Amino acid sequence: MTATQQIEVKDSAARSAQAVDDLRDVQGEKMILNMGPSHPATHGVLRLVLELDGEIITKADPEIGYLHRGDEKIAENMTYNQFIPYTDRLDYLAPLANNVAYSLAVEKLLGIHDKLPERCQYIRVICCELARISAHLLGLGAFAMDVGALTVFLHTFTEREKIYNLIEALTGARFTTTYTRIGGLSRDLPEGWTDELAKFTQEVSVAIGEADKLLTRNKIFVDRTRDVGVINREDAIDFGLTGPNLRGSNMEYDLRKAHPYLVYDQLDFDVPYGEVGDCYDRYLVRMEEMRQSVRLLDQCLAKLPGGPVNVDDGKIILPDKQKVLSSMEELIHQFMLVTQGQDAPAGEVYFGAENPKGELGFYIFSKGGGVPYRLKIRAPSFANLSILSHTLPGHMISDVVAILGSLDFVMGECDR
Amino acid sequence: MPSQPERERRLSPETRMTAKQLANTLKQQFKGIVSGPVEFRGELTLEVSDASRIAEVCQFAKAEQGFDFLVDLTTIDNYEEAPRWTAVYHIYGYEHFCHLRLKTSVSEEESELPTVSSVWRTANWHEREAYDMMGIRFAGHPDLRRILMWEGYPYFPLRKDFPLAGKPSEMPDVAFSDPAPLEGGPFVTVASGEDSTAREPRERNPEG
Repeated sequence: MTATQQIEVKDSAARSAQAVDDLRDVQGEKMILNMGPSHPATHGVLRLVLELDGEIITKADPEIGYLHRGDEKIAENMTYNQFIPYTDRLDYLAPLANNVAYSLAVEKLLGIHDKLPERCQYIRVICCELARISAHLLGLGAFAMDVGALTVFLHTFTEREKIYNLIEALTGARFTTTYTRIGGLSRDLPEGWTDELAKFTQEVSVAIGEADKLLTRNKIFVDRTRDVGVINREDAIDFGLTGPNLRGSNMEYDLRKAHPYLVYDQLDFDVPYGEVGDCYDRYLVRMEEMRQSVRLLDQCLAKLPGGPVNVDDGKIILPDKQKVLSSMEELIHQFMLVTQGQDAPAGEVYFGAENPKGELGFYIFSKGGGVPYRLKIRAPSFANLSILSHTLPGHMISDVVAILGSLDFVMGECDR
Repeated sequence: MPSQPERERRLSPETRMTAKQLANTLKQQFKGIVSGPVEFRGELTLEVSDASRIAEVCQFAKAEQGFDFLVDLTTIDNYEEAPRWTAVYHIYGYEHFCHLRLKTSVSEEESELPTVSSVWRTANWHEREAYDMMGIRFAGHPDLRRILMWEGYPYFPLRKDFPLAGKPSEMPDVAFSDPAPLEGGPFVTVASGEDSTAREPRERNPEG
């Protein structure tokens, strides 16, 4: 049995009018595109819900929280020293810098931030700058890879491998360092480490130069990044951007200069900043920051003083093991520190440090005792990502990868 | 941004406004509702007694005093104390490099504050997080959705009466939401507004 169907055949004029109407419908139709949470350009687990008109983005809604672990809740339930390993997992590309920022915040609460021995402060600066180079190397490498320049990534990863070797020699771990302690460091520099570091600063300068040659005047790279994702200064401040993203938007501001902590006021370095606030400016800022970090490392190596690395206070830092075994007072201190932690005063402090991604701040509200009542982590990537819904609309979908790469975020600290 | 000589004048130690001066101006402007400043470790905290006017105070601080950067917005649960919620605003000015902390409290029955997302756009996400974690609503917020937890999650996990181990929740298509095996750990504290000595496990289970 065959079914017959009547087909309506209009005259040609009516058909073309119909076609125009159909086309209008197609043009008017917006498409929703899910980018992430598992996408190579979203560097972790960021999900973007994009509304597209053809290839143009008309609306962008970042969905975060895929890596939320409740770090702030966890912090309320442990002593200050016990939380240091959790700070490794915030910006996991620069764990050393997180360790330092957190320790400084707690030390501010305890009122010992100006009593840190000089050697400790210098070593902490070395940690921060090493972390900055490491984070920027990855940030730039991944950024370049996202916009099609794969080679740079391989170069920068070779250098990061050397940093990991240095960090392993320093802390015993390559990734999760947990190097600082409240009031000092877990251990002094190992023997011969400074020579290794001096060798590394020479090598990394060469590698930064190579990356510079591969990218800065690369026509494809410049075309993909210049005048893309422009963020002006007012927007950058209003959306709470910090770090290289703020400086890229023509803002000469660096916490290490504005509110110097550790020994940054005794060291000589420049703060690079961009002019336009596009992806290319943010790239240039990071490139120059690495060179400045190398300068800082060289100065620290030249000036590194001797002496102790921990504050001389049995109520803050674990006493020498030999003394614990032979002396009553040290035994009590050790016991109290392990079971109850440092006895912090009631009060509240905020401390922000210039981390590779921006201002990493810790707000600690203490009611006294060894456990914070509330600890809030002010994560730079959280604020940096909030500008996406403002910046992305109007761009092509292929620009998204360039903008995400240039914002250089880490979901570990964004989601906490 | 002001011109270079103007910036230098504002930033030079002789002529630049100190955080204390700015705090006192703010206090003058909002007589009766702003108290303080309390100084601790070189930081100034101002208390705003009327929570419904916090947005107004913030607007003044931004427009008239150059506090153009909302560093952070967070909330504290004063469990078993009234009022239950405290909101903490960290504000900063790039013109004068001064940092201030504003605090205001709101009761559990009300649980609502005016939004400051119209003052600083970065507050949009910070307020969403505060709502997500503590359950405080922000009146006038353009898009008050959960941000870190998933849409439809029934609890507010940073409240002190939410156990560290978590609570099971009946969510379709979620792999598991069983409590984590953390409860009972050596430093897992009880929900209380007391200091940490009173919240410690040893206090809960006195020996002998």
